[in-house]
Amino acid sequence: MLAKRIIPCLDVKDGQTVKGTNFVNLRQAGDPVELGRAYSEAGADELVFLDITASHEGRKTFTDMVTRVAETLSIPFTVGGGIGSVDDVDRMLSAGADKVSVNSAALRRPELIDEIASRFGSQVIVCAIDAKETDGRWETYINGGRIPFGKGLMEWAREAQERGAGEILFTSMNHDGVKAGFANEALAMLSENLSIPIIASGGAGSMEHFRDVFKTGHADAALAASVFHFGEIGVQELKTYLRQEGICVR
Amino acid sequence: MRPTMNVAVVKYNAGNIFSVLGALKRLGVCPTLTDDAETLLRADRVLFPGQGEASHAMSYLRERGLDRVIRDLKAPMLGICIGQQLMCRHSEEGNTECLGLFDTDVRLFHPQRHEDKVPHMGWNSLSFTRDGHRLDDGGLFKGLKEEDYVYFVHSYYVPLCPETAAVTDFVQPFSAALHKDNFWATQFHPEKSGRVGEQILKNFLEL
Repeated sequence: MLAKRIIPCLDVKDGQTVKGTNFVNLRQAGDPVELGRAYSEAGADELVFLDITASHEGRKTFTDMVTRVAETLSIPFTVGGGIGSVDDVDRMLSAGADKVSVNSAALRRPELIDEIASRFGSQVIVCAIDAKETDGRWETYINGGRIPFGKGLMEWAREAQERGAGEILFTSMNHDGVKAGFANEALAMLSENLSIPIIASGGAGSMEHFRDVFKTGHADAALAASVFHFGEIGVQELKTYLRQEGICVR
Repeated sequence: MRPTMNVAVVKYNAGNIFSVLGALKRLGVCPTLTDDAETLLRADRVLFPGQGEASHAMSYLRERGLDRVIRDLKAPMLGICIGQQLMCRHSEEGNTECLGLFDTDVRLFHPQRHEDKVPHMGWNSLSFTRDGHRLDDGGLFKGLKEEDYVYFVHSYYVPLCPETAAVTDFVQPFSAALHKDNFWATQFHPEKSGRVGEQILKNFLEL
């Protein structure tokens, strides 16, 4: 049976992870490669590395890091942050990434998804969507959730699928950082209306939240950052718990 | 495995081989990425990995005579993902005549339930028995447990057949791996399957 995936997400700035050092007794907790290896050994199914660097030099450092991750890890990983062109994707895949996530650039120029899909295949494209619910309407945001874009969540998710996205990574801005659970209602709606896998993000605070996002939100995978980085939830204990709750995990 | 073992990876136009090379290096071998017939025929082990589209991959292999080279290999060869599919007779993807090393065809998944999303992407479990009998894997899955998980990404699949070496259930039970003579193939990616995948690659080198 296909397992539900648990995906820790690492924010990387100038080649170093920016939050979370309580995870394990690593000598270099700031090193994304070391942290990635520790997660892999703890049973993480995939990893996401997000480049939050602004500078050109930082981008180069990130590409080098991607190569080191690919040389070290034996589980799949996605990279994102600042992917704006087919060349960016080519650079990341050539460096050894399995998938790339696109966000603002794809909303601004949706053809980007078609271009990546026809060159590398849908399986490499994770379409990341940041959205916020106001008065019952889910609206998409760009630039790390700073600027409202105007397109509705469902409209954009459907379009992304039609253009060739392989997965949707949906972050609810209402739930992100609140640690009160995932946006299960919106997730279930996405899952019902789309035929590609949905990765849930934003809101993980307890192991029950993960159970609910799979059972109620019908997500195919759940992504989280701080609960893992700060050691509040261990990947291994989470999987044991989910198994007891009747959810298929690796 | 011998430290001097000569391991070749077939160089062609299907996708990301970075992780296969990386996985082999982690096991202590130094693989050669090559499309040279002599080098491939001389190798102790040949890996045939890849992602990509079947008809383009087959045209590329034929133009360079690599289809004949692969058929002539006597050393153990392991196809991965699209590699497994290309080793079969025919693929529905692009209506492609393939290498015919395995006596079966490749089909597109047709999900019956909304929850079954294509591509089949993620971790799924392996079974090594069929109708109560242990399948012949030629030693590739030595040390693995029933229900061990491996990583898949694919939309086409190989149905169950006499050469099936491992079974995975998605939409219906299908061939997660094949084995015949000196040819092995996996639909999943051992190079992306953590410890279990490492064990499989190690077994292949030690066959």
